[in-house]
Amino acid sequence: MNRIPRWSISWRFIRVWQRNLRVYQRIWKINFLPPLLEPVLYIVAFGLGFGGLIGKISYQHLEISYVAFITPALLAINIMNNAFFENTYASFVRMYYQKTFDALLATPLSLEEVITGEIIWGATKSVIATVIMQAALSLFGLIAYPHGLLIIPLAFLGGIAFGSIGMLCTGIVPSIDMFNLPLFLFITPMFLFSGTFFPIDNLPQWAKSLSLLFPLTHLVHIVRQLSLGIIHAGLLWQVGYLIVFSLIFFPLGLFAMHQRLIK
Amino acid sequence: MQYIIEARNLTKQFGDFVAVDSISFHVLPGECFGLLGPNGAGKTSTIRMTYGFSPITDGHLEVFSRNITNDWRAIRYRIGVCQQENNLDPDLTVQQNLELFAHYFDIPGKEARSKAEELLHFIALDHRKAARVTELSGGMMRRLMIARALINDPQLLILDEPTTGLDPQSRHQVWQKLEELRSKGLSILLTTHYMEEASRLCDRLIIMDHGKILVQGKPSDLVAQHVDRHVIEVAKPSAELRAFLLSQHLKHDDLGHRLLVYGKESDQLFHTISNCYCRDDCMLRMATLEDVFLRLTGRELRE
Repeated sequence: MNRIPRWSISWRFIRVWQRNLRVYQRIWKINFLPPLLEPVLYIVAFGLGFGGLIGKISYQHLEISYVAFITPALLAINIMNNAFFENTYASFVRMYYQKTFDALLATPLSLEEVITGEIIWGATKSVIATVIMQAALSLFGLIAYPHGLLIIPLAFLGGIAFGSIGMLCTGIVPSIDMFNLPLFLFITPMFLFSGTFFPIDNLPQWAKSLSLLFPLTHLVHIVRQLSLGIIHAGLLWQVGYLIVFSLIFFPLGLFAMHQRLIK
Repeated sequence: MQYIIEARNLTKQFGDFVAVDSISFHVLPGECFGLLGPNGAGKTSTIRMTYGFSPITDGHLEVFSRNITNDWRAIRYRIGVCQQENNLDPDLTVQQNLELFAHYFDIPGKEARSKAEELLHFIALDHRKAARVTELSGGMMRRLMIARALINDPQLLILDEPTTGLDPQSRHQVWQKLEELRSKGLSILLTTHYMEEASRLCDRLIIMDHGKILVQGKPSDLVAQHVDRHVIEVAKPSAELRAFLLSQHLKHDDLGHRLLVYGKESDQLFHTISNCYCRDDCMLRMATLEDVFLRLTGRELRE
């Protein structure tokens, strides 16, 4: 008997985005530190410690240092983590513990606008974290410019992709502890096997094919090319993959939240 | 007459469970209308449909003579909702909470600030405007929730259990504020578990149970119709008293350890009962809405 829910999305999602920005501004000093310090720790550990064991590595006919190899991966992982964690743990807290969404749904905002605002905000956090981290990495001369500037809009696209899948998880998990499952099954494998710390060519064929399904593999690839100052039309395939991924998971995230909240 | 809310055969189902079962009621302009009922009666479901949070399963629901399903957004601009659970923003200050909420209603910054200050004054929280919400007491949070629901100058205020969990002082303060709002002509839809609250605030009310409306009317009329004016309460009633009540055909409820006798002019009866059937364990009091409520919805626990 239930009428089919009518979806309604307008520019108003920006109100939700503004709300999150307002809260972020209050605690920005804490938010600022991880993307600034994390790459420095990695570069010290991998550049000075681990890199010495490996020396130069061969990447697409280029001989580059191990640090230069993993730097773009750090940026890509940072994009993934910021949006994913924002739209899982942080969104869940707003939805379940703070009941923020309930309050918003008594105003002229629709649930679709609330969720869209949340995902766009998650992507925005990816962009902010990328800008900070990229600035730190640039001091080490690890990013080629002007190509490297394209990483910033790319962070937004990547943020939408990972935020959407995070929101899908938020729509499904019964409790906040259950986020361990997508973290363990999805985020950690991607963190390790997306051409982040070693080239995927080193994997057996089946594992390589599997890794090509990961959105992070494509994101790492584009960021790495741009960081090395390489740009070519072939990168559009990777961008296209991320767009298609977002186009699938964004509505799924909305749908899952609709199922969860509108009763 | 234009109704503020008009519900006709309004129904809400969750799967096979019927939470609201074809109820009809209307709220008039300037009226405070109460929804009463035990837990699970369907009060909150009704309220959630009224502000367009829950889609209606069947029937017809209009707010300001507009269909809630189609015009929910236009309707929400003109209503204020104070939900059962406090959902203020813990990361923000008292004043920021109000200003941010104004923003959702497209109220520009300057106007939002002056409106927030006006409301903080109204709820007597001016001195705490820079405090974090987490530092407030339960009563202060509740008042802030009400202030937030007023940020858009609503024509209808919807309150879901506004005083649950408050101490008596805070509760009376909330009542006083709500009376002030009502006297200014604001229409109010209210759910509550407190019969005292309903008697004091509501012009008319309905008592619901299992999704259906049991009775509808003015609090005083409901008391007069269902339990008369006076109640004689007898603790540890004797068998003789029971026999006496039955022989006189008096309206009463036998709770085992306690007896309630209802009547219009009970002075004489009270003397008879207290002299002949019990010495200290009986008292005469005014009948209340609570007596009506318990008579109609029964005394079993609802869990």
